[in-house]
Amino acid sequence: MTAGYNFAYLDEQTKRMIRRAILKAVAIPGYQVPFGSREMPLPYGWGTGGIQVTASIIGSDDVLKVIDQGADDTTNAISIRRFFAKTAGVATTTRTADATIIQTRHRIPETPLRAGQIVVFQVPIPEPLRWLEPRESETRQMHAYADYAIMHVKLYEDIARYGHIATTYDYPVIVNERYLMRPSPIPKFDNPKLDMNPALMLFGAGREKRIYAVPPYTIVKSLDFEDHPFSIETWDTSCALCGATNAFLDEVITDDHGGKMFVCSDSDHCAERKEKAA
Amino acid sequence: MAYVAVKGGEKAIDAAHRLLAKERRGDPAVPELSLDQISQQLSLSVDRVMTEGSIYDRELAALAIKQARGDLVEAIFLLRAYRATLPRLAESKPIETNRMRARRRISAIFKDVPGGQVLGGTFDYTHRLLDFTLAAPSVFPDAEIAEPSDTMPPHVLAILGDEGLIQPERRDENLQNPPDLTREPLEFPAARATRLQNLARGDEGFLLSLGYSTQRGYGRNHPFAGEIRIGEVEVVIEPEELGFPVVIGEITVTECETVNQFSGSKSEPAQFTRGYGLTFGEAERKAMAMALVDRALRATELGEDVSAPAQDEEFVLYHSDNVEASGFVQHLKLPHYVDFQSELNIVRKIRGDEQVADEALAEGILA
Repeated sequence: MTAGYNFAYLDEQTKRMIRRAILKAVAIPGYQVPFGSREMPLPYGWGTGGIQVTASIIGSDDVLKVIDQGADDTTNAISIRRFFAKTAGVATTTRTADATIIQTRHRIPETPLRAGQIVVFQVPIPEPLRWLEPRESETRQMHAYADYAIMHVKLYEDIARYGHIATTYDYPVIVNERYLMRPSPIPKFDNPKLDMNPALMLFGAGREKRIYAVPPYTIVKSLDFEDHPFSIETWDTSCALCGATNAFLDEVITDDHGGKMFVCSDSDHCAERKEKAA
Repeated sequence: MAYVAVKGGEKAIDAAHRLLAKERRGDPAVPELSLDQISQQLSLSVDRVMTEGSIYDRELAALAIKQARGDLVEAIFLLRAYRATLPRLAESKPIETNRMRARRRISAIFKDVPGGQVLGGTFDYTHRLLDFTLAAPSVFPDAEIAEPSDTMPPHVLAILGDEGLIQPERRDENLQNPPDLTREPLEFPAARATRLQNLARGDEGFLLSLGYSTQRGYGRNHPFAGEIRIGEVEVVIEPEELGFPVVIGEITVTECETVNQFSGSKSEPAQFTRGYGLTFGEAERKAMAMALVDRALRATELGEDVSAPAQDEEFVLYHSDNVEASGFVQHLKLPHYVDFQSELNIVRKIRGDEQVADEALAEGILA
């Protein structure tokens, strides 16, 4: 614990305020709840929303896993994991199955989650309609009327222009058949994992001061059209390290002559598969 | 394997931080900066960091500037993050700037005003010639300080107010307590008190450019510098258990009141309108820019068209904060390879489709 700071950094009043926002978010799946986001000692845009959510729900018995791009050893994941190890003194892990709280940026782990686990997503822009309508006062009205026509038009225009829906990450979903939601910049590959997941999914946007949630076993549907059904990315190859064929693969450039290899983005999943194979 | 090399590590982070500390200190043969030196000799940096860092503490601001290697936006961030951990002990009474002990006080709308024009220490009218004598340790520059005729001069705009020529500043009836942007999220439409709070914390450069844009015709509102004053005011709290006001200290502030384009109608006689700027310490440029933007943001309230960036409250208030802006712009340095992989896949797919289509088309033409 760091002297002079409260358990998990935030003071108890702030945690209570954030927990109230989380409860509201869970009660209205996919709805963005405004909250009094605090200035954290890490920069805005670097996970301050996720950190505040984690700080508000974490207890001394929790086991924390932090990933960025699916990996535990990326610099910002290390930085955030250390922040909680230092300010809350909690146990940390890289194993998805052992974690009670998983804070993530840009991925959902490949290992299926179980009931009781909480995934905390770091969200840069919470508003799914933001690129289509920059005004918050307008987009809040669209949500109130469940008027998501502009998003359907956008996806249609993609198909007309490119022959495909060109949104590949942060792919919009409808939560509990009501609210349009940004799943944060996870690849659309991870969207199906949101649907009817036994774990609680919390989304924190610090700079934009919003919290939203997908409670366990909630219907989450990726937007699509009957003649252009939603589909996820596939690779013609398998992971060069563990041989996985159904995991999200990162392309790694190995030389300057066009050489490349594909490896799992989820480093824990990859390591576990290698262990089992060995 | 090459793959491992692209991942950062705890060791790399630790080493980077040690290197940063070393770079901050610079050549050990050069004496280290003291907080007093920063506070005294870089006092305007300290003032800016206190204003945008939203905390009046010269020593902490000087420490932040030292730690940030003189990067003021980084120093503001350090101070803000520290501020967020502080308990809120009491709410002060509004400061009384008409009871300010002014050491600078100018008005551009009257040749002379009750209390007089007091130039004070200012860069204005200096010729911006590099003073090479400062390159060497300089002689202590002494200056006699004349006693102003009135150390608590009345507000110039109050004189216009007495004639009913300028809109009075009214307390917002809808607001029970002043809003606190550090505790509550920004919501729209924002009350003027909320807007002013946001502007006071806002980035000086951003406000300067926006204020400037109104002068060049993007939301023009004909400003005059009604009054600018710099000096000390008392901070007063009234603890419930005491039931009477107590002075807890004194702070230096810069206040700018602009007199702007008049408005009026058949039912209401023409009156000048106001813009308001207030900062900690001496920050005249910021206070003036703030007043211009405040006035521009009152467009809706005053029945003007909202057409320019400076009049658009969502645009201005959402983008004024340099701690938010700096963090989000720089988060682009974080790894994005998962999203980029998805984009690579789709671009390759679309290109592949096009190639197939082009080939089919070419074959069709040849056939």
